[in-house]
Amino acid sequence: MDILLASCAEAFRLLFSGDPEIWEIIAISFRVSSLAILCAVPPALVIAFSLAYGNFFGRRLLILLFNTFLSVPAVVIGLTLFIVLSRQGPLGDFKLLFTQTAMGLGQFLLCLPILVCMVHVALQAADRAAWETARTLGASRVRAFFTVLFEIRFGLMAALLAGYGRIISEVGASMMLGGNIAHYTRNIPTAIALETSKGAFAEGIALGIVLLFLALMVNALLQYVQGKGSINP
Amino acid sequence: MFRRLSRLPIALLVTLLASTPLQAADPALRLATTTSTANSGLMDFLLPRFTAVTGFEVHLIAVGTGKALRLGREGDVDAVLVHARQAEDKFVADGYGVDRADVMYNDFIIVGPESDPAGVASSNSVAEVFRNIHASKHPFISRGDDSGTHKRELILWQSAAKNPGGSWYREVGQGMGKTLQIANEVDGYTITDRGTWLAYQSKLDIKLLYADDPPLFNPYGIIAVNPARHTDVNYKGASKLIQWMISPEAQKMIGEFKIRGQQLFVPSAVSGN
Repeated sequence: MDILLASCAEAFRLLFSGDPEIWEIIAISFRVSSLAILCAVPPALVIAFSLAYGNFFGRRLLILLFNTFLSVPAVVIGLTLFIVLSRQGPLGDFKLLFTQTAMGLGQFLLCLPILVCMVHVALQAADRAAWETARTLGASRVRAFFTVLFEIRFGLMAALLAGYGRIISEVGASMMLGGNIAHYTRNIPTAIALETSKGAFAEGIALGIVLLFLALMVNALLQYVQGKGSINP
Repeated sequence: MFRRLSRLPIALLVTLLASTPLQAADPALRLATTTSTANSGLMDFLLPRFTAVTGFEVHLIAVGTGKALRLGREGDVDAVLVHARQAEDKFVADGYGVDRADVMYNDFIIVGPESDPAGVASSNSVAEVFRNIHASKHPFISRGDDSGTHKRELILWQSAAKNPGGSWYREVGQGMGKTLQIANEVDGYTITDRGTWLAYQSKLDIKLLYADDPPLFNPYGIIAVNPARHTDVNYKGASKLIQWMISPEAQKMIGEFKIRGQQLFVPSAVSGN
């Protein structure tokens, strides 16, 4: 029990003492994950729209595949990318292994299926009439696309949160692709793994609390932006 | 609304990209090493000084010895600092590495339950320790992960002329810290490097039972990845690092490095002594 109390105290000391090392780790975590999800959103939206509104051969197979990718272990994504990015791999000339870019790529692949599936579900649940009405009223396809996006904004928000939640807390792929290099590819999850392997359990849990605390802040902010989030006006 | 909002991600993207350090401006040297050197804090103690002297920044990647050598073989790192003499010699003989140098050694220790049902503490040699554990069939936790410690354990079984196996012999495939915790939970024996033991000791009930025997010494070697095989490795940086690691200055620092008041590594470079 002592260790949990000590960890909480340590977490707040870490957060508020202005320790540059911890803020650097936090910044790396958020920078890489934010970039990864921002890059994943446009393709995810396009794929989800195609799956929901398109009518092409292999559509159901694609849906099945994306649903299956929801359960791919992060370590497998990490290992596959590791082989591809290694100097002996097909993309070895880019020297991407053990960089933030490699970590970002891994997280991009991890959150893409989540975004696709959740946006697809939101689109299915939404009224198709929104699209058709917008089109009938003379809106361009792009305009109609944004109209529908607005209709499903809560589902979209949920998709973003779920995707972000997966990658900001992911350790397997980041460890393998980033290498947990201090000041460069050490993010919160890999730092937790490092503290654990050093036997510094209090610091490990403290970093976990830091992550949760920051997630709470982000969620609170989004909830505020989103409004009440209830169906009733 | 979305028109306005859509500018936000783009602005964010630009900010994030702009603040990402560029790879090209980075003369960093990639060193793969073992968790025992990195987690003990030794490298954090040494490397800033190396950077100050030579200007080379070092990206330290802590993995097991097996994986470190593999990274070197594939040209994914510029140098390796590992502890598995036989594998190191093979690495050099196969043409993957050059300029191998002895840097330092620490030692392995045998830990286990205080009651010591196998009589490890009263053994007269490491071979006897392993024979006694084998005879007692008391749980023994093996790293089972191809790390330097695991390789050493297998050599020690060999030198005791015993082939471990059966339900008492448990390969866990985890790092040293986790392995120690598992040994502690099942009250079993294991072999560990002293550094990890010092870090974990206060959380464990198992005790140090056998140590200070030459077969348990654990020499570390540093090897540059062969630039003839991988033309774009940072060989210049790797050479500088090797020269510095065996210099009197670094050797002195290695000897001075302490955890909880205990010296962990003994410098052993030829030019350092």
